[in-house]
Amino acid sequence: MYKKIINNLFLLEGEPQNRYKALKRNIIIIMVLITTLPLATMIIINYFQYRSHLRSQIIAPLYAMAEKTKHSFELFLDQRLAIIRFVSTTYNFEDLSNEKDIEKILLSLKKEWSGFVDIGLINKDGELVSYAGPYSLLGKNYSEQISFQETQIKGKYISNVFLGHRKSPHIVIAVQHITDKGQTWILRATIDTDFFDNLISSMGLPRQTDAFLISKDGFLQTDSLYYGNTLEKCPLPLPKIQFRSTSFEETDDKNRDIILVSSPFSIADYILVIAQPQSVALKSWYAFRTDMMIIFLVSLVIIVFSIIKMTDVLIKRIKTSDEHREKVLVELQHAQKLSSIGRLATGVAHEINNPLAIINQKAGLMNDLVERTKDFDKKPKFVDLTNAILNSVERCKKITHRLLCFSKRIDVKIEPVNMNHIIHEALEFLEKEILYRKMDINLNLSESLVSVKSDHGQIQQILLNLLTNAFAAIEDLGRVEIETENGKDGGIKVKITDNGCGIPKDVIKNIFDPFFSTKKENGTGLGLSITYGIIKKLGGKISVDSNPGEGSVFTFELPEKPNDMETING
Amino acid sequence: MDNINILLIDDESEFVETLAERLELRGYVSKTAGDGESGIGMLANESFDVAILDLMMPGLNGLETLKQIKAIDKTLPVILLTGHGSTRDGMEGMRIGAFDFLMKPLDIDELIGKIKLALNKQSKG
Repeated sequence: MYKKIINNLFLLEGEPQNRYKALKRNIIIIMVLITTLPLATMIIINYFQYRSHLRSQIIAPLYAMAEKTKHSFELFLDQRLAIIRFVSTTYNFEDLSNEKDIEKILLSLKKEWSGFVDIGLINKDGELVSYAGPYSLLGKNYSEQISFQETQIKGKYISNVFLGHRKSPHIVIAVQHITDKGQTWILRATIDTDFFDNLISSMGLPRQTDAFLISKDGFLQTDSLYYGNTLEKCPLPLPKIQFRSTSFEETDDKNRDIILVSSPFSIADYILVIAQPQSVALKSWYAFRTDMMIIFLVSLVIIVFSIIKMTDVLIKRIKTSDEHREKVLVELQHAQKLSSIGRLATGVAHEINNPLAIINQKAGLMNDLVERTKDFDKKPKFVDLTNAILNSVERCKKITHRLLCFSKRIDVKIEPVNMNHIIHEALEFLEKEILYRKMDINLNLSESLVSVKSDHGQIQQILLNLLTNAFAAIEDLGRVEIETENGKDGGIKVKITDNGCGIPKDVIKNIFDPFFSTKKENGTGLGLSITYGIIKKLGGKISVDSNPGEGSVFTFELPEKPNDMETING
Repeated sequence: MDNINILLIDDESEFVETLAERLELRGYVSKTAGDGESGIGMLANESFDVAILDLMMPGLNGLETLKQIKAIDKTLPVILLTGHGSTRDGMEGMRIGAFDFLMKPLDIDELIGKIKLALNKQSKG
């Protein structure tokens, strides 16, 4: 299964160009995935872990602060309740009904405790029977009010904030007193809430952090920094849990994401709320997130870049090695073909050589005998016949010797050779044909041509073969150009260009194969093959370029010296 | 040129007999042997001026025969005949002590030339 996937991904079929492209694409994708997946996973895990860790780190102090402040509030309210309860137990109904006495009590309360504004006595029917304070409330009936009813039930009452005297916020606290005789009355006091603001401002809140009290029906009981003033409806939703401290996240009316910590009071219907924007709370987390993203993106760019570069190099190497392998394979096949044909040729040549030698000697003997005989009727005819046999033997001998040459058994004599000089020599051999056919031979020989170590006779053979071919390709009055120049690494390069008939594409690929001839009876098909063999043996190379109808260019190069002198001499 | 005695060693009897006849027509005395062993045997009983030896023979091959000839008579000039296009065996023979080598099919005039050269060299040496 795994192997099959690997095969599908990397051992691709199809056109070489597409194959390498697909291979490159697959390697890049897989390497990018393998390298970036763990990185991305780690970053995502870190992202969330750090966030939740940080959140708990941030919320814990907010909780503590909320609890502490709530206790201060409750302590304050408890104290005020206790004082009123103390007054109600110290004085009896009659004392409190006395206007002078109750004013005296209010004075001493104001003196000893902050926040008291007024004090009033309500009888069991809800009628205010005695009052000390800035309002004229005497005789007012409270029996229908929640404060009266609740005090009757619970024995005490703390009201929500309301705007009272001088339009400043106040709360009402009330306690019920029941005498031993079962008489019941309520003592009610008004307290201003300046203390609330003092408490909140003494919390030492961080920047942009808001803290305020709200009633359980959502009205602000103190001024808030961002969410309105006392007695306005708070735009934030109420906490769902109203019996213990809790935290939750909201988006406020200013579209800020905020963390809220709420802490409900047990003795009054208030909830202390601390609101901190997430941008402040999670500031370090945002910084961390940005760092993470930068690290991830930079790593990603580096990884992808490196992978693409590496894959590029890798694919190029694979491609080069593939091409090299194919080239070597083709060369090997060619070499094997030549070698087996060579062996065959040697065998044939050798087998033919012996009978040929016998024919040669027999015909020679016939000739000898005829020559030594007195003239007879058909003597000239006999001489002609034997000479014809000897000539044919001579032709066969040339062929067998060529075959044997082809099988590379001719020795090589390595000496410094002057290529320009050999070219002139070769042209001398062909002088008659050149003159007869009025061919234009154009020499472009480098004067600074270096001399190389090679075989004079073999080079002559190469030149004769190539020139004979060129002459065969051109018409009378045609042109052949011979060019020499220094090659690389101390070698030389010879170019023979003709303006003849050219070579068709399908012929070019077989042109150096033995017995491949287009000249029918006129060629053995060994000329270029021998040329190829000799040049290979001398460590050089030959190439051909041709356009049918325009002519051909044969270029051969010879090195400074043959690569392996041993095998050549061996 | 009188009484020049030539020993021809070659397994191709048709070739060697014809060659002997042609040499005789040109005034040479020649004896033939069909293989290396008999050639060496003849050399022990008779004296020759030149030996002509084929390199490709069944049994004792040309180069081995050459070594033995040289062991018997170091001064006898030996001309090698090779059916190969290769000059390698010829060169090897010359290293062992052959006078020269020729390729088959051979030209009788070329052979006579080599025989004369060999005799000249020997008479001088």
